[in-house]
Amino acid sequence: MVVAEPRASKADGSAYNESVIRKFVIATSFWGVAAFLVGVIIAFQLAFPVLNLDLEWTTFGRLRPVHTSAAIFAFGGNALLATSLYVVQRTSRATLFGGRVLADFLFWGYQLFIVLAAVGYVLGITQGREYAEPEWYVDLWLTLVWLVYLVIFVGTIMTRREPHIYVANWFYLAFIVTVALLHIVNNLAVPVSFFGAKSYGLFSGVQDALVQWWYGHNAVGFFLTAGFLGIMYYFVPKQAGRPVYSYRLSIVHFWSLIFLYIWAGPHHLHYTALPDWAQTLGMVFSVMLWMPSWGGMINGIMTLSGAWDKLRTDPVLRFLVTSVAFYGMSTFEGPVMAIKPVNALSHYTDWTIGHVHSGALGWVAFVSFGALYYLVPKLWGRAGLYSTRLVAHHYWIATIGIVLYITAMWVSGIMQGLMWRSYDELGFLQYSFVETVDAMHPFYVVRALGGLFFLVGALVMVYNLWRTARGESEAAEDAHRIAPQAAA
Amino acid sequence: MLRHEAIEKNVILMLVLVLITVSIGGLVEIVPLFTIESTVEKVDGVRPYTPLELTGRNIYLREGCYVCHSQMIRPFRDEVERYGHYSLAAESMYDHPFQWGSKRTGPDLARVGGKYSNEWHVAHFLDPRAVVPESVMPPYGFLARRELHATDIAAHLRTNRIVGVPYSDEMIENALADLKAQATPESDTAGLLQRYPKAVTGDFDGAPDRLTELDALIAYLQVLGRLVDLSAVPPGGIQQ
Repeated sequence: MVVAEPRASKADGSAYNESVIRKFVIATSFWGVAAFLVGVIIAFQLAFPVLNLDLEWTTFGRLRPVHTSAAIFAFGGNALLATSLYVVQRTSRATLFGGRVLADFLFWGYQLFIVLAAVGYVLGITQGREYAEPEWYVDLWLTLVWLVYLVIFVGTIMTRREPHIYVANWFYLAFIVTVALLHIVNNLAVPVSFFGAKSYGLFSGVQDALVQWWYGHNAVGFFLTAGFLGIMYYFVPKQAGRPVYSYRLSIVHFWSLIFLYIWAGPHHLHYTALPDWAQTLGMVFSVMLWMPSWGGMINGIMTLSGAWDKLRTDPVLRFLVTSVAFYGMSTFEGPVMAIKPVNALSHYTDWTIGHVHSGALGWVAFVSFGALYYLVPKLWGRAGLYSTRLVAHHYWIATIGIVLYITAMWVSGIMQGLMWRSYDELGFLQYSFVETVDAMHPFYVVRALGGLFFLVGALVMVYNLWRTARGESEAAEDAHRIAPQAAA
Repeated sequence: MLRHEAIEKNVILMLVLVLITVSIGGLVEIVPLFTIESTVEKVDGVRPYTPLELTGRNIYLREGCYVCHSQMIRPFRDEVERYGHYSLAAESMYDHPFQWGSKRTGPDLARVGGKYSNEWHVAHFLDPRAVVPESVMPPYGFLARRELHATDIAAHLRTNRIVGVPYSDEMIENALADLKAQATPESDTAGLLQRYPKAVTGDFDGAPDRLTELDALIAYLQVLGRLVDLSAVPPGGIQQ
């Protein structure tokens, strides 16, 4: 199917609410750099612990949630908000439901959520549950903001002037609805006092573990996958100038993906005190999940049929296609790691960290970079990007960074897992725990350098987007520089 | 695919179908855990945390210890030899939230209680590399410098009771006194020990005249894995 192009009635673009999209685009860039920077800092802390600075606010334990939340919810979240609200307007040929006031409330409300959460972490206010660290008052605020998001999104679709709801919007809708469900159930808690930050969650022990990983895994499945597939289904066809490869595949992809993902949470709890039947269900569904994931990858990559030559000349398309390739790789690695004997080795090690980052950097960040490069010239009314050359530089710097990162984590993770279980010839454990920590050191340095590459690449992007928004062009500058000489 | 068109043209229908689709897996996996008796096996010895241990646990949460330390020993030969008996569901039944963790940048702590002396913990928290040169753990000297603020401890116990931890009226009434008694050498701990068997008492942080955050955190660490009566657990179950 062909991506719906706004027709004459809205063709001037003035009727779309683009000012809020511009804000979300700026926020995406800002939080992206912040997330990568904190990531680099804590990566260096693991290599050189003196960088914890002996201050309570700068320890790894407090900064790590700042990094994960900034990456997932601040960078990823703003990218999803920016793209979903852009796509839903264009493919519905309707402006945002609720007007500018509601859209601006969504923007500032979401940024307030991020700041409240991050300030809390640094001060030690946390629920102590991974990726659900914000305390009850931040959770309540986010619930309100998220409902406004749902109302704006669904309202815009309801006022559409296209008969069909475009496939990207299915994925965005599933992401918004499911994240609301996960967030509310997982954060049920009783505050100690209405004037204090501390609360105690409703669930405990094994039940809490399963609810938390039902949430945690589907934060990956719906926040970092379904939502970003929405980006793929709009921006890959747009940038390639080709229709989505298969309409039928997108239907199968959509329903099977959202059905299967929900079951996979228990693979985070293999060999724990969670009952075996739940672990087995989690493993089986994780393996099945491989199929819809690759269906989605095929649909994204094959969209380039007849346009493969554009990869040579268009580095923005290169970002988008590489992101889908990383999606394919991560969604193969994930099911493998969910198989119990493999998980016995990989769990608790850096292999998991490497897996997460091949998804987060290779898939989530790359597809977002592609979307940002697409959006900024459109939103600021420019003919094109300031510099295509810099996009190519960004692509290679970031790719080298990812390769350094994930290979370092594969080696260190598998090595540590093997060291933990190795016995000497007398039948004693061969390594003490701290010997395995010591063995990690070189890989932690390489990983931090990989992260640094990725950060530098992002800074190149921000510079390029900034010059683009100002309406500047490297090609025009070059022409200026050459022209006087030619005249002389 | 004619029928899919109906969904593609009605956002509310799509929304409802999405909600149904994503609810099935969660319901099938999560609901039985609350109803099947065998989810949490019956064992002896597990009790709610003492007020001091609970306060220490909240410091453990606050500092994000769970991002580097697990509290879940898997039933493997190497883990059992390194850390002790594999973890049982009952051992975290009063943990709001659970702290099983997902990463071992540092070792598992599920049975760290009693493994090291209080003095070792104090030296280690002040400067981990003074004790373990290869360690990458941040120093936590500020815990030793900071007075423990726990005047609202009774409210914490009460909130725990709301979410299902069996704190009695007597425990809540004596919460603050129990907290102080546990960390004060030569205090009267008879009531405390009757309410919370096996509680470790005395000075924890090497400064007997002061009640610090480090007292509470070490009191929590020293009880980890010590409560459950493992002699009643059937042997076997090691998987690798």
